[in-house]
Amino acid sequence: MSALLATAGGWTAPTLDFHALAPEIVLLGTIVVLIIADVVLLERAKPIISALAGIGLLGSLVPIITLTVSDSGTREMFDGGYVVDSSALLLKAFFVITGYVVVLLSTNYVAEGDYWESEYYTLTMCSILGMIVMASSRDLIGIFVSLELLSIPAYMLAGWRKRDVRSSEAGLKYYLMGVFATGIMLYGMSLLYGVGGTTDLAGIGTAISGENSEVITLAVIFTIIGFGFKVSAVPFHTWAPDTYEGAPTPVTAFLAVASKAAGFVALINLVYYCFLGRSNVVAPLMFVLSALSMTVGNLIALRQTNVVRMLAYSGIAQAGYILAPFVVADQVPSGLSSIVVYLVIYGAMNLGAFAVVIAVARKTRSAEIDSMRGLFQFAPGLTVAMTVFLASLIGIPPLGGWYAKFGIMKALIDGATGWAYALVVILAVNTVVAATYYLRIARVMWFEDAPDGDIAPVKVPASLVTAMAICVVATLIFGVFPGLLADAASVALGG
Amino acid sequence: MTFVPLIGAAAMMVVPRAQETLHKGIALITSLVAVGLGVAVIGAFDFDQAKSMQLVVDKSWIEVINSRFIMGIDGLSMPLLLLTLFIVPLVLIYSWNHIPSPGNAKAFLILILILETGMIGSFVSQDLILFFVFFEVVLLPMYFMIGVWGGEQRQYASIKFFLFTLFGSALMILSFIALFFLVKGADGQALNTFDMAKLSEAGGAGIAKTTGLVIFGGLFVGFGIKVPMFPFHTWLPDAHTQAPTQGSVILAAVLLKLGTYGFVRIAIPMLPEAAHSWAPVIAILATIGIIYGALGCLAQTDFKRLIAFSSVAHMGYVMLGISTLTSYGINAAVFGMVAHGLITGMLFFIAGSVKDRFHTLEIKRLGGLLLQTPKLGWILGFCTMASLGLPGLAGFWGEFPAILSAYQPADGLSVALFRTCMVIAAIGTVLAAGYLLWLFQRVAFGRPSEEFENDSSIHDVVATEWIAWAPILFLILLFGFLPGIIFNVTNPAVSAIAAAAQLVGG
Repeated sequence: MSALLATAGGWTAPTLDFHALAPEIVLLGTIVVLIIADVVLLERAKPIISALAGIGLLGSLVPIITLTVSDSGTREMFDGGYVVDSSALLLKAFFVITGYVVVLLSTNYVAEGDYWESEYYTLTMCSILGMIVMASSRDLIGIFVSLELLSIPAYMLAGWRKRDVRSSEAGLKYYLMGVFATGIMLYGMSLLYGVGGTTDLAGIGTAISGENSEVITLAVIFTIIGFGFKVSAVPFHTWAPDTYEGAPTPVTAFLAVASKAAGFVALINLVYYCFLGRSNVVAPLMFVLSALSMTVGNLIALRQTNVVRMLAYSGIAQAGYILAPFVVADQVPSGLSSIVVYLVIYGAMNLGAFAVVIAVARKTRSAEIDSMRGLFQFAPGLTVAMTVFLASLIGIPPLGGWYAKFGIMKALIDGATGWAYALVVILAVNTVVAATYYLRIARVMWFEDAPDGDIAPVKVPASLVTAMAICVVATLIFGVFPGLLADAASVALGG
Repeated sequence: MTFVPLIGAAAMMVVPRAQETLHKGIALITSLVAVGLGVAVIGAFDFDQAKSMQLVVDKSWIEVINSRFIMGIDGLSMPLLLLTLFIVPLVLIYSWNHIPSPGNAKAFLILILILETGMIGSFVSQDLILFFVFFEVVLLPMYFMIGVWGGEQRQYASIKFFLFTLFGSALMILSFIALFFLVKGADGQALNTFDMAKLSEAGGAGIAKTTGLVIFGGLFVGFGIKVPMFPFHTWLPDAHTQAPTQGSVILAAVLLKLGTYGFVRIAIPMLPEAAHSWAPVIAILATIGIIYGALGCLAQTDFKRLIAFSSVAHMGYVMLGISTLTSYGINAAVFGMVAHGLITGMLFFIAGSVKDRFHTLEIKRLGGLLLQTPKLGWILGFCTMASLGLPGLAGFWGEFPAILSAYQPADGLSVALFRTCMVIAAIGTVLAAGYLLWLFQRVAFGRPSEEFENDSSIHDVVATEWIAWAPILFLILLFGFLPGIIFNVTNPAVSAIAAAAQLVGG
């Protein structure tokens, strides 16, 4: 492309703001170090590799923090195609911390499972790199490249337990569905480019908001549907439960939280920076996706007997909640902050729930709900932690989940359209439905006796404890002082 | 003060589970500290100014949504706050040697303290979101209390309780947000606040009539489920029957009041116009509740379930008083809340003790309480008299003025309708006398049934029970003779609310 532009004449090299790119550079450096360590040290690299990955992630937090503090406002590069503003920084921090928690979750799981360790972490880091690039992309090319960068490693990770048929199924299903969705999305993007004549989101936005043609409608629908797969919105959700169940559980946590959040970030960028003028298409489409996702997800979750599958369907339902503010994107631009807040809190409580599932499975070797029977008798700490996450998922104050849901309800009511009022009532009813299956787990843990009276305690390694502690603290803090997060999110959006 | 119980709970979390006595001690001391603070509050409270908020704490909390951490006390919250502070230590004393199976005093007592925080917080919050948070905090501990320490049907009862209330809260929070956006100030601008005082002052200005009706409907369902009003009451008998004694007492004494308190504090002052339109509906449902509850009682074979249904009837009187929208009626309602809290709480204590001794609450199998355990029998007699509204005891002052108030509802309400309700409610008192006396007769009179006649392990009231019960019995008597103690405190605040409602109706 640069050659092409150079021949067009008048091309000047873009100025690079290295401070703004520092988080990405640190991550990239870590990936290189991981590969070198693997090549040079071979087997001896195993014990240190996960620590290296963790340090790299924490290291990339440093520039994110300095950028936040530096107060130099928004930094733009590549003609506004790559933007580092405070909302991007918030999301980057979220992705990096999520990645760190996933590394913590993986440490013992991967080491004890005799998997390919260094490759595992290298791929995870690549995927996280894709996510933080996504947070800054305001350009079709940038969005597409970062989407592929975060997805392709994830396809492989899903099939990581390669001797297990279900894991292979998970990887293959995820891959085929993902590629299919990408195809549809790319088609939509090509139409957008055709209409707008630019890959820049703002430019396309101006171009498509003026006129109303079938091509634009088609382009918008196709692009959104492409990401509908990524965030597992009904009716594009069918891959999720199988993939989640088959993949190694830390990877499932990664897919369910980080990868899904990245999909939402892409949707945010597209809808709020590009499609606002086309809300006559976006609003009904999002209404259908949102209402279907939350209702279908919750109803199917009621019948699950496996915790991971249940969390998968609950994730689908929550995707429905998160899609709701898009319905009023036109009327309530500040609804964007409610999405970001939900994503962060969603991340904390779901990662926490997965952490507990991983910890319990260390003893029971199973993720069936029945295997958690009487958990309180042999692992009271885990039980309390799980209860915190479940209560947060239900939306009980003072745990984070209530504020996440509250923000979305508020955005919808603020929208004051018929669609919004209908959706908010559907959401309220769904909250109650969802409580039923979350409480079922709580009931099994607290009210029933351990199977076979086996109350040997669960040994939980330090890395898992740390992961859980991070999640519990985040869930509590954001619940009691939601202002912390909400302020950050709304400042990020320019008030 | 709100957070004192939480500190205690936190302290107990670090103490190992085995040291039960220490746990009980910490819990009790914590709740007594809260009582001490309550006494200090009484001291600092200016009773001449009971109309307005006092001891206000106002700090910034969630700026983005303009929700502030506002707490304060006025004459309306005061009695309910003190009721909470009063009941919890007694429940803890009762728990001293009555930890229900399967034991684990640590978790049980921690839950009670968390409950206390939620209840106190709800009564002192002056911000809708803060209120909502505390309102919900109560849910989970109660769920576990019923689910872990409850009776045989506990799982069904606990989930039913939880889902009913959660559904109500979901609608309630939607109504709160709608108020946030729609209520307009004097200058015609949307207020965008959750501050209860400001919203009440605005009195629903700027909301179209139908919208107001819908929002009130949301609040109505939210609070109505908690009260519980007919037809949302079905969770209550199950929850009460299955809950452990302590759970039933707290549920009856305080939790139900959150609903009625919500009506008086939030729904009516903030949407007075809609309240006028809804008042006849509330009155009719309240009257149905009275009769239905009474008939339900007559059909019960289980001691505890009978008391639960009597709660439905009593809360019907409270709601009838509220629905008149007069200061007379609402005063009666607040008194009714306190009285019901004391009397029904006491009845559940007795039921718990009967169950402890006889291991059954089947009325048929009981009998001759007066012969076998005379003190317990007489206390039961005292409470049934109080519950049926015998003058001279607290129950009378909740029930009788509520019925009277329906004679002259607020201006603009259908007098004929309310007088009809009044007559029916009065018949309800006869039924109440019927079922309570019949209960007393079956349980206390006659001879003990054969299976228990020679059971020497059945003993009379013991020391911890006396300590827990005596204050309640004393207060029932005191409020019966000197109802002014409560009426004088509540009247200024209630009059203000009623006056605002009158203004719109007239």
